[in-house]
Amino acid sequence: MSRFLIKRLFSATLTLFAVSVLTFLMFFALPRDPVSSICSKNCNPERLERVRDDLGLNDPLVSQYAGYMKGIVTGRDLGSAQGGRCDAPCLGWSYVTNEAVSDTIARVLPVTLSIVIPAAILWLLLGVGLGMVSALRRGTWLDRAAIGFSLTGASLQLYFVGAVLLLVFVYNLRLLPVPSYTSLFDNPARWASGLVLAWVALAFLFSAIYARLSRAQMLETLSEDFVRTARAKGLAKPKVYGRHALRAAITPVVTIAGLDVGGALGGTVITETTFGIQGLGRTAVDAVRSGDLPTIMATVLIAAVFVVLANVLVDLLYAAIDPRVRLR
Amino acid sequence: MSLSPVEGVALAEIESDGGMGEPAAKGVVGRSPGQLAWLRLRRDRTAVVSGVLLVFFMVLGLSAPLIEVVYGVGPREQFQNLLDGFGMPLGYAGGVTGDHWFGLEPGLGRDIFIRLIYGLRTSLFIAFAAALITATIGIGLGALAGYLGGWLDAVINWITDLTLAMPFLIIALALTPTITLRFYGERGQVSSAFGVGVLIAVFAIFGWTSTARLVRGQVIALREREFVEAAKASGAGLGHIIFRQLLPNIWAPILVSFSLAVPQFITSEAALSFIGVGLSDETPSFGRMIYDSLDFLQTDPAYVFFPGITIFALVFAFNLFGDALRDALDPKSSR
Repeated sequence: MSRFLIKRLFSATLTLFAVSVLTFLMFFALPRDPVSSICSKNCNPERLERVRDDLGLNDPLVSQYAGYMKGIVTGRDLGSAQGGRCDAPCLGWSYVTNEAVSDTIARVLPVTLSIVIPAAILWLLLGVGLGMVSALRRGTWLDRAAIGFSLTGASLQLYFVGAVLLLVFVYNLRLLPVPSYTSLFDNPARWASGLVLAWVALAFLFSAIYARLSRAQMLETLSEDFVRTARAKGLAKPKVYGRHALRAAITPVVTIAGLDVGGALGGTVITETTFGIQGLGRTAVDAVRSGDLPTIMATVLIAAVFVVLANVLVDLLYAAIDPRVRLR
Repeated sequence: MSLSPVEGVALAEIESDGGMGEPAAKGVVGRSPGQLAWLRLRRDRTAVVSGVLLVFFMVLGLSAPLIEVVYGVGPREQFQNLLDGFGMPLGYAGGVTGDHWFGLEPGLGRDIFIRLIYGLRTSLFIAFAAALITATIGIGLGALAGYLGGWLDAVINWITDLTLAMPFLIIALALTPTITLRFYGERGQVSSAFGVGVLIAVFAIFGWTSTARLVRGQVIALREREFVEAAKASGAGLGHIIFRQLLPNIWAPILVSFSLAVPQFITSEAALSFIGVGLSDETPSFGRMIYDSLDFLQTDPAYVFFPGITIFALVFAFNLFGDALRDALDPKSSR
């Protein structure tokens, strides 16, 4: 087990390293000079040159990359124009927003977390629940309704659902305020009411997929011998379905959930754009539009970290759910 | 977010189907698995309805210039005289009339119906092209990784992981203008064909992973079977074993994943247009229309609904058909 974990962590680190190198190359190979987009009008050549120097754009690529990586691990000294000393997870200085990138991230990351985590809980409960119910009541109207629901959800577009939700609940019925982010610790009620539409929209679209998947898995598991054996030895139905069958049926659901949650944590670009909430995804989009290299780098890296971590976590969960994995 | 969560599920569902290829024929007449699948598909009402709907959409998209002639309105024509002083279309439901079936765009006053028809063409073309290219890449890499194993398998797997770890939307957002700039320079007029090409290329870079994983898994399951061994023993080369022995046995899941990949690329194309990359305003596309329409959510909801419902219907039909296809190709299915 521990050998497996070490191997897994090693390959995860390697993946992250490759992502960082690729992103670095991709964005520094941009034909557009990142500096000229920062100050478009009132910039004389000397200032441009100084900014370029501050950003280290005149150094060779390798030393730029090394400096960036060193900043993340140990922190580094940026020029006085870039806020001086930059502490340990140093992601550079943005000339567009005029603040340290780590400060920007620290501000927008909680927003994305607040959108994704409740939504993920909602969609997993809803999806797996629906899938189980429709598998157990196969062929009834409940099953058909669940299938219809899941196919509809899988075919809808988030921005369309979001638009309809906004139109109905915010503009027409005026039940909810215009979506915005308030910290959970400041005002939990406003936090929830400002984000609930985003949760519902995400949960509707995502749970659809989980309902289909867990229904198919559950149906397959229910026809297995061990389920019949469990019933035959006199175990109660809820126990058989909840303990034995669900456990066997849920492994592929875990895989998809890991990928989805990991991906979503890296920025729910579409959701944030639809509801006008400034999270990680929208920050990334803004950064790309304004050519804000340090912020782009940081957002891509964070997104990759989430995906890679989620993958490792899925492997661990596998071992917890399925004892056979542990023996290998 | 990766391309779409659907791909992963499709993969898992397809893989859970287990082995295939065992003929399920019980009647007196001998039928090939392909014939059986076709029979089941024709007997399935959902499959027929969604299939007909898909053919209808494709014909609509392909005959867009013809429809323009019959309908009498072009996608770039503006009808400013039918807008009020604020640029909003006159009349009910966003200016729906006998001449303009789905009404007019606020602001520019272009006809929504004909723009949707052209948008359909763009979206379908991009989706099919991207699905074909990604399927080819995925099948090639997956079959090689699965059959040869060893370090090649490890490398291809790692590249797959790497591709999945890159945030697709952000990278695509950054990459598209870069590629365009490289080819056209700061001021060049970008042709719409080029924009479409760049989109397909971006999808090709990111979209092959699910097919590769699927094919790899299936090939691993098959590669130790006797018929492969027999082929190897009689001196078959790598190409023969992969294309003649292995692939014919796994075309069913590949076909299903292809049919589910198409709607996923339609969705992704719309999503990219939605965040502002992708096609220019000149080329009508679904995502672009929805993105532009969201500003008019309160003042002209009909403008949001027509493109939204159309794209939903298209993706819905594809998903229904893909599901039905899976059932028809699955020898274990009861239908």
